[in-house]
Amino acid sequence: MTKALLSGNEALARGAYEAGIQIATGYPGTPSSEILEAVAKHYGEDIYAEWSTNEKVAMDAAAGAAYSGRRTMVTTKQVGMNVLADSLLYTIYTGMEAGLVIVTADDPGMFSSQNEQDNRWYAKLAKIPLLEPCDSQECKDAILKGIELSERFDTPVLIKTTMRTSHSKSIVELGTRPETPRDVPPFTRNQRKYVCTAMWAKERHPVVEQRLVEMADFAETMRENRIEMRDSSLGIITAGVPYTYVREVFPTASILKLGMTYPLPQDLIRTFVDDVEQAIVVEELDPFLEEQIRAMGLDVTGKEHFPACDELIPDLLRQYSVDAGLLDAPKGDDLIEKIDHLPPRVPVLCAGCPHRSTYFWLARMGVPVAGDVGCYNLGCLPPFNAQHTMGCMGASIGVLHGMSIAGAPEKGVATIGDSTLFHSGLPALANMVHNQSKGVVIVMDNGTTAMTGHQDHPGTDWSLHGKTAPRIPIEPLVRAMGIEKVVPVDAFDTAAVKAGLDDCLAFDGPSVLITEGPCVQVTKPDLATYSVDSDACIACGTCFKLGCPAIVKSNLVHEATGKHKAEIDLTQCVGCDMCRQVCPTSAIHRPGEGSSK
Amino acid sequence: MSRADILVAGVGGQGTLLASNILSEVGMRAGYDVKKSDVLGLSVRGGSVLSHVRWGSEVASPVVPQGSMTHLLAFEPLEALRGLHLMNRSAQVLCNSQPIPPVSVSSGDLTYPSMETVEAQLTKEIAAVQMISATKLAMEMGNPRVTNVIMLGAFSTYFDIDPHVWLDVVLAGVPEKHAELNGAAFQAGRDLLAKE
Repeated sequence: MTKALLSGNEALARGAYEAGIQIATGYPGTPSSEILEAVAKHYGEDIYAEWSTNEKVAMDAAAGAAYSGRRTMVTTKQVGMNVLADSLLYTIYTGMEAGLVIVTADDPGMFSSQNEQDNRWYAKLAKIPLLEPCDSQECKDAILKGIELSERFDTPVLIKTTMRTSHSKSIVELGTRPETPRDVPPFTRNQRKYVCTAMWAKERHPVVEQRLVEMADFAETMRENRIEMRDSSLGIITAGVPYTYVREVFPTASILKLGMTYPLPQDLIRTFVDDVEQAIVVEELDPFLEEQIRAMGLDVTGKEHFPACDELIPDLLRQYSVDAGLLDAPKGDDLIEKIDHLPPRVPVLCAGCPHRSTYFWLARMGVPVAGDVGCYNLGCLPPFNAQHTMGCMGASIGVLHGMSIAGAPEKGVATIGDSTLFHSGLPALANMVHNQSKGVVIVMDNGTTAMTGHQDHPGTDWSLHGKTAPRIPIEPLVRAMGIEKVVPVDAFDTAAVKAGLDDCLAFDGPSVLITEGPCVQVTKPDLATYSVDSDACIACGTCFKLGCPAIVKSNLVHEATGKHKAEIDLTQCVGCDMCRQVCPTSAIHRPGEGSSK
Repeated sequence: MSRADILVAGVGGQGTLLASNILSEVGMRAGYDVKKSDVLGLSVRGGSVLSHVRWGSEVASPVVPQGSMTHLLAFEPLEALRGLHLMNRSAQVLCNSQPIPPVSVSSGDLTYPSMETVEAQLTKEIAAVQMISATKLAMEMGNPRVTNVIMLGAFSTYFDIDPHVWLDVVLAGVPEKHAELNGAAFQAGRDLLAKE
């Protein structure tokens, strides 16, 4: 048996290969992005993979592909499920002609998300099976089981990972790919099943309810739901990656490990709870299992010991368990104390990032800024502190519109990236034009979906399957939508960015400023030997306000003010030139220019 | 060695994740069960990156409890201090001596601790601390981006695993055109520790 060390996301991709999946769609979002990337990279010959414009489009495309008879997978991060949900909720009525699995990668601990929502509720809302793998092997297995369940019960299946499951690596046994159909039959014309108009959808609802009962029966004997009896004084019901933490912290406890957490195997749970003296539920975020088990009339506890916030990594699980009297306090541990007050290392825009000039000026101008999801959200942090709202993908333009119609006294600005604009910004921009509000929409066009790892979108000239793609240019697009004031500028020309901002802010209506500059992580320029003339530097701190990691405090102090002068970190500077442009005393020099002190 | 719990600490963009992937692969090739966990997302934009790599006969959690870490591989001194409390006191610590000041230092009022302070804080808690000038050496070799491979070369001397296994895994992870430089960097790292 061949084994490989795979991340959970790579294992999900491998599962798609071994499950005979032929279509995979999604929109990038941490911690889910690597699934489709791995599909395209390793199995692109066998599986068509695409980055769709947003999660809803991805889900509709998946529905159409599964209606056509292809096994299909959709991937999303947890908040993308909110976008996808409208489409999921009709597929539960229609079912499909071939298996369909949806992978949601949740983010307990909020490493890179705007909230900590628990997507297991979507399974209950949609009345569909929910699988929760705990490591990479189970990630792969969950896709195979998901396709099996999907085709057996004619239902979409939800698979939930978390950041830990998706991004952790562990060893996976590799299998083979089954035969898959080369051609699909003519598209099925079964209107009563696939047209969710009220009169026909009403006939489908009882099918959904009956299916749920049958799936709960099936859950009783699934090998993914298993009891591990050890010491019977404490029994722990758990699922997903918390299972591995429970094994670490409670090595002698009995465990009911649930591989499918909706619908639940009620008889199995009753048996387990009866067989142990005390039963607790260990689950991250919401009491999803606990509420259902208590509703069965069983005496279990959970959230009274373990908070609904954050992960339950071993140190936290141990601490809460000791506090709850479930574990004895560890004795004789000679732990090293955590060092407080270390200078924090908040994320910053990379050296050479094109977004820097926009936030440099927005910070100086002090205008209200509605932000969006992407690297440019870092504009909310020091040294800029220049972004005042951020909610979800595409929200910036709608919020700007709201400021305008509310009569906010200052003209506002929205900042949105190119990928986010195509994801969900365009309907809001159309709304600004149609309902005639005022404000500046800054499209920060770096030519890629940068934050999630440089994926394509409709504004790029390539696609995930490696082919060239027709690029939809943003300037004529927004002009065609009725924006009269459209100003494209070079993001690396700081004076042009400032002039463009002034121009747009003076315009009496909706305007679009497009700051164009490729992502430095894509262009990867060579290091540049910029230098600071320390005699000319007056330690005014203007260059520090660019928040560039390559501009550091020198040991030299300006005598009159006692402030530190600037110097360039040559291991980081890539020569974007912005600091040279904004320096009021021309103290910063290009390679080979001026004197280096 | 029956097990190793390795903390890899660094700054986004330093190749910390590449290093933890290499360590995981080396562990598997050496016959261990392996799990590793790290934080991606926003933290790759110049933020702190901590990776946990576990080698053992059977590994449960991908996240290592405090006090269990047997090794620290730190690409940046401040990040070594940030992860120090996770270490066991008998751990081995390898730390690159090149600071990368965070923006909170350059644009704020905070100060970066001196190298003497960093070393004192490390050795106060742990006896086996080795500071090396990997970035300086990498720049002498013509590319600061091989710092992580120099570090891995030095780190490999802590383990009784054939250096060729390490080198194979290192070279599998880099583009063909950089193979020679990375091979030299790995060896330079090994030599560095042998000399010091």
